[in-house]
Amino acid sequence: MPRTVAFREALNEAMVEEMEKDDRIFLMGEEVGHYDGAYKVSKGMLKKFGEKRVIDTPIAEGGFVGVGIGAAMVGLRPIIELMTWNFSFVAADQLINNAAKIRQMSGGQFTLPVVFRGPGGSAHMLAAQHSQSTEALWAHVPGLKVVMPANPKDAKGLLKSAIRDDNPVVFIEGEVLYADQGEIPDGEYTIPLGVAEVKRPGTDITIIGWSKMVKIALAAAEALAAEGIEAEVVDPRTIRPLDEELLVQSVSKTKRCLILEEGWPFNGVGAEIAYRIGRRCFDDLDAPVERITGADMPMPYNHHLEQQCIPDVPRAVAAAKKLLYIE
Amino acid sequence: MAQILDMPQLSDTMKIGVLQKWRKNEGDKVSPGEVLAEVETDKAVMDFEAFDEGVLLKRLIADGASVPVGTPIAIIGKAGEDVAKLVEEAKARASGGGAKAAAKAPEPAKPAPAAKPAPAPANGQAAAAAKPAPAPAPRRAPAAAPAVQAAPAPAAGTKVLASPLARRLATDLGIDLRNVQGTGPGGRIVERDVKAAADGGGVNGAAATDWHAAEEAPQTSAPRVSSAAPLPAQIVPDRRTEARPAAAVPAEDIVKPLSMMRRTIAERLLAAKTTVPHFYLTADIDMDAAMEFREQVAQVHGAKLSVNDLVLKACALALRKIPEANASFTEDAIIQHARVDIGMAVAIEDGLITPVIRDADKKTIGQIGAEARELAGRARDRKLRPDEYTHATFSVSNLGMMGIRDFAAIINPPEGAILAVGTVRKEPVVKDGKIVIGQRMSVTLSCDHRVIDGALGAKLLQAIVAILEKPISLAF
Repeated sequence: MPRTVAFREALNEAMVEEMEKDDRIFLMGEEVGHYDGAYKVSKGMLKKFGEKRVIDTPIAEGGFVGVGIGAAMVGLRPIIELMTWNFSFVAADQLINNAAKIRQMSGGQFTLPVVFRGPGGSAHMLAAQHSQSTEALWAHVPGLKVVMPANPKDAKGLLKSAIRDDNPVVFIEGEVLYADQGEIPDGEYTIPLGVAEVKRPGTDITIIGWSKMVKIALAAAEALAAEGIEAEVVDPRTIRPLDEELLVQSVSKTKRCLILEEGWPFNGVGAEIAYRIGRRCFDDLDAPVERITGADMPMPYNHHLEQQCIPDVPRAVAAAKKLLYIE
Repeated sequence: MAQILDMPQLSDTMKIGVLQKWRKNEGDKVSPGEVLAEVETDKAVMDFEAFDEGVLLKRLIADGASVPVGTPIAIIGKAGEDVAKLVEEAKARASGGGAKAAAKAPEPAKPAPAAKPAPAPANGQAAAAAKPAPAPAPRRAPAAAPAVQAAPAPAAGTKVLASPLARRLATDLGIDLRNVQGTGPGGRIVERDVKAAADGGGVNGAAATDWHAAEEAPQTSAPRVSSAAPLPAQIVPDRRTEARPAAAVPAEDIVKPLSMMRRTIAERLLAAKTTVPHFYLTADIDMDAAMEFREQVAQVHGAKLSVNDLVLKACALALRKIPEANASFTEDAIIQHARVDIGMAVAIEDGLITPVIRDADKKTIGQIGAEARELAGRARDRKLRPDEYTHATFSVSNLGMMGIRDFAAIINPPEGAILAVGTVRKEPVVKDGKIVIGQRMSVTLSCDHRVIDGALGAKLLQAIVAILEKPISLAF
């Protein structure tokens, strides 16, 4: 019997189940223990696993991210929670220069089985410094895997795979998704990294989106269906490695491709996907690949301006119709 | 500085050239006017002459190689110059389709081939050349219509806008995108437009008229909506070839790859027969007087005239008399030609060619006869210059010497008509109420109905008949 759980509960289950099986796994981050996590993802875990495996840290990302990398190098399997990915920039040197590179620079002598996880993307009126999508930054770096689940089922299955992976994984949870309810299978399951999923089958246009953009894509697809247009929604789930094959398969079928991305357009993930679609599906395309991205500017604080900066359903529908040459 | 020489366009219709034989070796000095190589065009073998002083530094293709016009074939420069970079560039261009020549506006009015190779293009140009641009085969424009001839090659702005999917579908379905109305932004042809064209019988405007359209487009001064740039010429025969898989040919059959001449004949005659509305008028000519005239000329002047010479002269005089029939159809106007230039079909090995007797109405029959023999001789040797077999206003095709009684010829566009001449036969005829042996010749005039209506064609044929039956006017 599938159960309905919240996104944050699915993440919690993934960590708990894995930690119960493998005592090398521990959770470390700001407020993960006594406060049960800033977003209550680690609720009850301190009580269950004790202070040795659920560790509250000072406000020092550069430090505890580095500690996580070091612990992974010597055989542990840390889960490092960033209160939000907005705070990861002070740890950028650790993530880019150490986490991403040590396996290669050591000639494979060190593996880095470490997960960096926390919320990303804009929430609501948190302004420029706390409303950022960072996946394009991390996916830019060879050596890091980047995972972005869109629903509780994916969140649990993917986090378990991320924890079991021997490489550093950047795991970005949509900040506004934590309360989302969704069905998850009973019992043990994982979802492999690098495997996309068709979230809604369709024939007329492919809408690619990940994390909370999947919700926008699905809502846009419903709106389009009311007009007789069947959109196929494809969620890469893992930004890197990217499941190019499924994306290509879908676009080859529908002949049109719209990408929804919350992040900035320049060098965005959508830009990379558009390139790959353009290269692989050139002779199948009836229109240029289109993107709707976050506005190319720091996020405004003002609610109305903020809404203008985030891809939404009306714009997705309009773009889809443009690709279908429907006025 | 060293420069790349390209395969020149040595005739209006030339798209591919075969480098038959290099006449200079690498390292040889060349001066302007010296022959570098012999190049076989679709019609003739021609000399490719050097335009600059220098040394042939590098041959890029071998004897016998066949390459599209505009493909780099040699590098010429100063002795000892390093050509490595140019060789690279030439390779890049050659693999990119060698379509540089296509960018040149065709110059059908100029009889001399525009063979001077342009200097090696800058990198940007080379990149642009990588995309096969249309190689417009300029249709022979009537000599008396400079305004029509001056029509420019299709500008880049008139290219067909189509999505990649639409292009692929069109290729698969055999639809000519120039005949499809685009409904996307800026008139872009998208999937639904091609599908609509396929559903709506758009196919009929497709394959069959490709060649015609490709030849028509450059000549049209006011481009039709659908007459955007022609497709790269090579694309079309490829598609046709694909339709007939070689595997289906039984082993005992002989497969002869199309020569350039056969290719040109195929495309031009297909275009003529499928797009020019032909109608045919046949008449029997009493040739007694004409044969007698021929005999007298031989006796009195010692000059030997052929029946064909008589026919050529008669046609020339008839066209002068009925000038409305000495005309060509164009999209915008009917061009009535000032000159009477008569083409005569000459069978040659592997094909035929139509050398032209210029101002035939102003030449004596002796001049016409001498010129006809001289041209036919050089035609068989494939030594005609392009200006010697283009821009006729009317043609004559004669199969009488082979005993053919009568036949109908295909018009050679943009000419308005062609006369097919049968054999002179002896047969019983009624003369002055008695059955006697008479000499008769059947001729069939094929007319382009867009230019020549039935009555006008009949008037022309009547005039030809009248002249041959009272051949005294042939003497002047």
